[in-house]
Amino acid sequence: MKMFACQNENVPVTGSNKKDGTRWGLKERLLLGLTFAQYRQQFQRNPVNWMLLLIFIVGVPLLLQRYIFGIASITHGSNDYPWGLIIGFGLFGMVPLSASGFLLGTTVSLFGREDFHPIERLALLNGLLGYFFAVVYLEVDLGMPWRLPYPMVVSYGTGAVLFLVAWHVATYLSVQIAEVLPALFEWLDKPNWKYYIKRITLGLTVSGIILSTLHQGALGALFTYAPTKIHPLWISTEFQWIHFLCSAVFAGLSMVIVSSTLINKYMHWRCGKAFRENLDKMTLGMAKGASYAMFTYLVIKLVAIAHGRDWEYLLTGWGLYYLLEIGVGVVLPMMMFAKGARDGWVGLIRVAAFITVIGIIWNRLNTSLVCFNWQMYQEIPRWKEVWLTVTLYALYFITYRFIVYRLPIVYDWKES
Amino acid sequence: MSKKITRRSLLKSGVAGSIAALLLRSKPSKAHQIKTYQNSMGVLVDLTRCVGCRSCEAACNAEQNMPVPAKPFTDQSVFDEGVHGHKRRTDENSLTVVNRYDVPGLDHPLFRKVQCNHCQEPACLTSCFVAAYTKTPEGAVIYNKDVCVGCRTCMIACPFYIPTFRYSSAFDPSIVKCIFCYDTRLKHGRPPACVEACPQEALTFGKRKDIIKIGRRRIEENKGQYEDHIYGEYEAGGTSWLYLSSVPFEKVGFDTSISHVPIIDHVKNFLGIVPMVLTIWPALFTGFHLLATRKERRAKDKSTNGQEVGK
Repeated sequence: MKMFACQNENVPVTGSNKKDGTRWGLKERLLLGLTFAQYRQQFQRNPVNWMLLLIFIVGVPLLLQRYIFGIASITHGSNDYPWGLIIGFGLFGMVPLSASGFLLGTTVSLFGREDFHPIERLALLNGLLGYFFAVVYLEVDLGMPWRLPYPMVVSYGTGAVLFLVAWHVATYLSVQIAEVLPALFEWLDKPNWKYYIKRITLGLTVSGIILSTLHQGALGALFTYAPTKIHPLWISTEFQWIHFLCSAVFAGLSMVIVSSTLINKYMHWRCGKAFRENLDKMTLGMAKGASYAMFTYLVIKLVAIAHGRDWEYLLTGWGLYYLLEIGVGVVLPMMMFAKGARDGWVGLIRVAAFITVIGIIWNRLNTSLVCFNWQMYQEIPRWKEVWLTVTLYALYFITYRFIVYRLPIVYDWKES
Repeated sequence: MSKKITRRSLLKSGVAGSIAALLLRSKPSKAHQIKTYQNSMGVLVDLTRCVGCRSCEAACNAEQNMPVPAKPFTDQSVFDEGVHGHKRRTDENSLTVVNRYDVPGLDHPLFRKVQCNHCQEPACLTSCFVAAYTKTPEGAVIYNKDVCVGCRTCMIACPFYIPTFRYSSAFDPSIVKCIFCYDTRLKHGRPPACVEACPQEALTFGKRKDIIKIGRRRIEENKGQYEDHIYGEYEAGGTSWLYLSSVPFEKVGFDTSISHVPIIDHVKNFLGIVPMVLTIWPALFTGFHLLATRKERRAKDKSTNGQEVGK
């Protein structure tokens, strides 16, 4: 992109008009202000695109196979492990990483911390896409994907935790779409439409907090249906929902740090002045928040062990594995966050954020897959299931990049 | 946020929040009382009488129109089969299976029949978000495949690993589980096919409260022959299928870690907080907003007042 920016002073697109005052057409906006040949050229130059292509060449036929021949043609179709990698990663892993939207929405709109404003939209987008793709993963894993709206319109199991998850994720998706819409309105040259969203911002933010508290917690509570199946160190019927909610706080913050780091490094041309200049400071602020949340999390984890009298398990092999997860996934990044936030080492924080994101996914997979049926055999996903999970993630990546390339997420739109 | 909070807008968002709370609230949790079904039927399985002939498996297969398996039901070699070092379990083609247990110190093997236990407060039912399961007054836990979405939470929730999923079908998948022969027999007051087929009278069909008495009497009258416990009387809140064994239950594959309260009781901790979050959060966080932005609003008020004075 840097190369094209030298050739053409209008590139990249940052507002409604070109330098000479004429308006960008929709097609030009979609092509990032490049000609079609240039667009193809930049597409081919990027090795990431070739990797994505490879993933899709194998992954798309697998996806078709799943829909034509059934789930059993992709996974083990296990009756002992009804939830496999697709859900363990796609739903239980993606949703906590998407807590970013409600966290920064709250910080900026509710607590009036305008200093985090330049990253708010990225956090909202990260949240929206994470939830959206959690639903995509769900659609691949559900037995009857065409019946997804049934809990809303056909039959109500009101006492079930999943009923709450379904309703809250659906509602929260709409809230998040409303929160991200202003960026689209600016890009479409319809800034007036923003007015209606702006009026309800506080309402949207507060509903975001309520819905997030409940469904992040509810995802944890889903596992309390299986108190005898999950290893006692990973299940606490009293505290599971707080564990999931609290870990979602630092998961969401870490995911925004990771995402903003990648965008600032590989899409530097796309970043606006406010984003570039404030990124380090905002990263430090988020690291501080994350380290507090991690400390709280550790305390509640400890309380859960004390409450469940699970101490003896800590000395078994499972206990060591548990301590490894907590040590590498939480304690280590917590200390890195704290040190980084105090001494202003942004690089250290960014590494810690990567570790935290992996740690959260590790925790969710441990709960849903590794430590599930701990007294039985271990389910190891088939390669097809792994590849399909990666394929959907690649789709998520492409969508994410497509939007950040175009909409004013990390830069400010210059209106005509 | 630059928008000024007036009493009116606060009221508006408050009302909106309350409406949202009303619309989105989930069922409030109540202090638990295990449901009892006075006329619930049940089956008492006596492990000391079962000889592992698999007649019940064959009868079930025919009654429920399941595909005929490769190995005939008279083939005893299936007892040595097992996946991942575990005994056979129910799957999409078999609603009940019999397993053999060679208990150390016992000169003969014991056999245990597995099928849905038809809980009094079924975990599958309480975890289902489209209410696909029904507990009938006769005691059967039945399943409506027309509303099932295929999320498989019931399989996660069932402590006995009973519901299975027809993963092999892309267009007509469903949960598959024993329904106590509800449609064809139980509804008309007849015992399920497996009970009728048993040549050893290992299975006794009757009202749940009556067969518990029968079980008690058997334990009393044959001192020392039985474990002093009827498995299923209290497990997971009580089940309609009950078991008698001559050896400790964990030696014949029963999960004795299942607590005596229904599975849903473990979930109540969370369900209890839902109404509180829905009602308290809106006011709490709107309050936080007012506090956090107090200075800005005061500054703004001052500047507008100043202008008015200036006029």
